[in-house]
Amino acid sequence: MVSAILTDKKRNLRDAYSSALIELGHKNPDIVVLDADLALSTKTKRFGTVFPERFFDMGIAEANMMGVAAGLAACGKIVFASTFAVFATGRCYDAIRQSIAYPELNVKIVATHAGISVGGDGASHQMLEDIALMRVLPNMTVIAPADATEMEDVVPAIAEHKGPCYVRIGREDAPIIFETHGEFKIGKGYILRDGSDISIIATGTMTAEALKAYDLLKEKGIEARIIHMPTIKPLDEELVRKCAIETGCIITCEEHSIIGGLGDAVAMAIATKPVPMYRVGVNDVFGESGEARQLMEKYGLTADNIARVAEKMAKV
Amino acid sequence: MHDKKLIIEVKRKALEIRKWVIESVYRAGSGHPGGSLSIADVLACLYFHEMRHNPKDPNWPDRDRLVLSKGHAAPALYAALALAGYFPVEELKNLRKIGHFLQGHPCMKKVPGVDMSTGSLGQGFSTAVGMALAGKIDKKDYRVFAILGDGEVQEGQVWEAANTASHYKLDNLIAILDRNKLQIDGPTEEVMHVEPLAWRWQAFGWDVIEIDGHDIEEILDTFHEIKLNEKPTIIIAHTIKGKGVSFMEGTLSFHGKPPSHEQYIRAMSELEQEEKELEEEYG
Ligand SMILES: Cc1ncc(C[n+]2csc(CCOP(=O)(O)OP(=O)(O)O)c2C)c(N)n1
Ligand SMILES: [Mg+2]
Repeated sequence: MVSAILTDKKRNLRDAYSSALIELGHKNPDIVVLDADLALSTKTKRFGTVFPERFFDMGIAEANMMGVAAGLAACGKIVFASTFAVFATGRCYDAIRQSIAYPELNVKIVATHAGISVGGDGASHQMLEDIALMRVLPNMTVIAPADATEMEDVVPAIAEHKGPCYVRIGREDAPIIFETHGEFKIGKGYILRDGSDISIIATGTMTAEALKAYDLLKEKGIEARIIHMPTIKPLDEELVRKCAIETGCIITCEEHSIIGGLGDAVAMAIATKPVPMYRVGVNDVFGESGEARQLMEKYGLTADNIARVAEKMAKV
Repeated sequence: MHDKKLIIEVKRKALEIRKWVIESVYRAGSGHPGGSLSIADVLACLYFHEMRHNPKDPNWPDRDRLVLSKGHAAPALYAALALAGYFPVEELKNLRKIGHFLQGHPCMKKVPGVDMSTGSLGQGFSTAVGMALAGKIDKKDYRVFAILGDGEVQEGQVWEAANTASHYKLDNLIAILDRNKLQIDGPTEEVMHVEPLAWRWQAFGWDVIEIDGHDIEEILDTFHEIKLNEKPTIIIAHTIKGKGVSFMEGTLSFHGKPPSHEQYIRAMSELEQEEKELEEEYG
């Protein structure tokens, strides 16, 4: 088990991203950072201020940015390319497929403003299909960290990893879950709370909700096991199968469409020895404008909803 | 040459659009005032004179279309549509609110009068080319207006669309480029240069006209003079980002940030003052 807390303390993962990038930049002269006119929002601008000779704003031209990233990587650079998740994946799918994933180049796509909690900008900017799009690409590693502490571990880890990575983080400040560094490893899931009635496997912003659901369920006498799954690909299948056997049913939670994301990955992992499963996520619809919290509630991305579903499943 | 009355009337509408931009973005607590204010005069000229449209019949097949390719300027478009009568102006107070129809970026399924859903820069322009092409196929005489940002033209897709439009001789397509010289990360020429703009568009087979994008008379005259000559037209409208609100003019910071309460009060009083001066001058 890995220690995880739940307090009101929050930090922004974008701040963690830029701090970690700067630290990495000091250690490794091969780090190059690209952005597409969103450097103030993704916070890569901070890296650009410290290392102006290794930061390039590509302007509003995301697909081109991915191509440039591939070229830099082909010449030995470790390239971080950032923009909003909706543009980083949907708009750039072909560029990523042909020039980054297929030649297996060392490009780290770190996408911010993923999910419905983007809020007011509405559906055009609320990316709920990026995990699906990136997961399907051979050679691609897909990661959704849960808090700022973890994000600070993810950045050096993906820099160390040779090959393409996709990291998605949200816009909002997120509750701090991990107090200490050093736990994160690509491809590993973590049990944060143990229990034997049901396994709740969550990724990204939903891990904090799953932890809250644990408390709600405990009050009702249900012992849930909470698993944080920061890496969606490669999935920690061994852990998923173990949890399936030991608890007999699974809920997955993600701020993403229920199609193609963590839920599907987990379902495939247990397909040969299935247990009852339910996917908490956005139910194959586009989002809408609203405040982050309102939207998370309306679309069922809350501890309450997870607990409601878990209660039903655990009783069957 | 247009008569004075029309010019004054359009000026009034432009000011009303600006006031609603401030009001709606302030109430929403998020949104993009800078690029909405820079395009307010052009939108006023289009919806209150140049375009053939009918707010009572938003889906009229023969209407002129408008694609706001720089979709983040939605507050200005919504204000123009509401003032034109597509929906009650009171709805503008519900911009970006959950359960309401005025989405942060234009959504054609939800908002009457919006001809295309936009928000991902560079994408809307291609749809405008498609609409213009349809007009040619159907031998209809409607026109298609597309509003582009000057940062937006950094998207390669814009140039694919530009090439397509001249190839198919889409003289029913009129693009307006909001040349406010700023994007998010800085001035366009620092972030990723777009000049020489006129020359680039000419090279892609377009007629290019450069105007002051805040001079109502000049905008109206320019639209009036566009000819059907088998070439698409682009109007490079030189504008000021945040135009009409002193502390927003020419700044980066109000690209995507709402005014604070004090700033909101100040902005509204400046715009009201301008309205008053207009009334005093022309009565
Ligand atoms: C494809 C895409 N990339 C990035 C963004 C984020 N974005 C919104 S507005 C903007 C800057 C636009 O600058 P410009 O086109 O000059 O518009 P204006 O100055 O008129 O607001 C950016 C990068 C987006 N909406 N779409
Ligand atoms: Mg601009």
